[in-house]
Amino acid sequence: MSEFEDIPGTYLFDKDRCHDGYQFNMFCMSLVKPKNRQAFRSDEASYMDKWSLTESQRRSVLERDWLGMIKAGGNIYYTSKIAATDGRSFQFVAAAMSGVPEEEYRSMMMAGGRPVEGNRSKREAD
Amino acid sequence: MARVVAGLATSHVPAIGAAMDLGRTKEPYWKPLFDGYEPARKWLADLNPDVIIIVYNDHGSAFSLEVIPTFAIGVAEKFLPADEGWGPRPVPAVHGHPGLAWHLAESLILNEFDMTIVNEMTVDHGLTVPLSIACGEQKNWPCPVIPLSVNVVQYPPPTGKRCFDLGRAIRKSVKTYDKDLKVVVFGTGGMSHQLHGERAGLINSKFDKNFLADLTRNPQRLIELPHIEYVREAGAEGIEMVMWLVMRGALDENAVEIYQHYHVPASNTATGLMILENQPLTV
Repeated sequence: MSEFEDIPGTYLFDKDRCHDGYQFNMFCMSLVKPKNRQAFRSDEASYMDKWSLTESQRRSVLERDWLGMIKAGGNIYYTSKIAATDGRSFQFVAAAMSGVPEEEYRSMMMAGGRPVEGNRSKREAD
Repeated sequence: MARVVAGLATSHVPAIGAAMDLGRTKEPYWKPLFDGYEPARKWLADLNPDVIIIVYNDHGSAFSLEVIPTFAIGVAEKFLPADEGWGPRPVPAVHGHPGLAWHLAESLILNEFDMTIVNEMTVDHGLTVPLSIACGEQKNWPCPVIPLSVNVVQYPPPTGKRCFDLGRAIRKSVKTYDKDLKVVVFGTGGMSHQLHGERAGLINSKFDKNFLADLTRNPQRLIELPHIEYVREAGAEGIEMVMWLVMRGALDENAVEIYQHYHVPASNTATGLMILENQPLTV
């Protein structure tokens, strides 16, 4: 296991994720153009047909499974363009990925954020 | 002769730009952060630099995964704010300094830093938020800006040492430009934060405060920090702090700290700001 994989809840954007997620992230990238955002909004499934996406990539988008997008090779700076298209913030997406309601996540941040203690290593987190 | 006179390091959280664009800076959530920016704005206005070199990372805006330059320098006359999905920020266009930028590109490459040269690019929050933080709301930015982007999105980013050494090379290259210019270097990004995965929201104030403390007097410790340390201790996206080391390298060894400000949180992020000045030249 690489030392980066020992860090819990973290999906480092390395060569494998870039390779597996290339088409997916380039689909996300297309959403920086207003006309593409509009086309995506009007028919998400057929808009995505322009890229060769895996089933899990397509499903994660259609269900707005933000953590699933990352696990399927998405990079947060690219998947955030789907959030932007939805009018959502980074904080909304971060809360969803960490599995808590946005208000609870916001309170955690106001109280100083998620502590590093207990979150350094998978061994420590267990 | 051109010279680097000062450096400023700051976070570049998109929500900070959005708070300014939406007029929310006086709200209780944002006020303590923006109050801390006031002395930095006054300092920069008084210094009145001729050019600012902004070291930042692009977040899938000008560059995508199609081409991933480790170090890129913008040599254009003008750079427009990028549409990152929410529409472009309503901030002024950024005017470049092709003369100094081309000189830097040539000189850095001949000094063995193989820069990617960019004639056409947009600039995203990584560059425009630091300008907003340091200059406030402006009809026009106060001086030309040279964008210098560093890949910190695709692993591996450059090492801290490489970033510091790039700063050193920038300092040397600026000195060989034959126009009398006061240059300020911004290093941006960080501080501790993680935006993705179940671990999103990680903050490590102890790590950040030690980083702030060592940046001026003990940069050697920071230069040697491996990537795993940033990711484990400061969150996956905390790796952006290697860009602060480009700024530190561009300043003299005996540069002095003028100001620092630290605040948690801005959205998902611990924010830091630090100003360093070179000592005046002795005759």
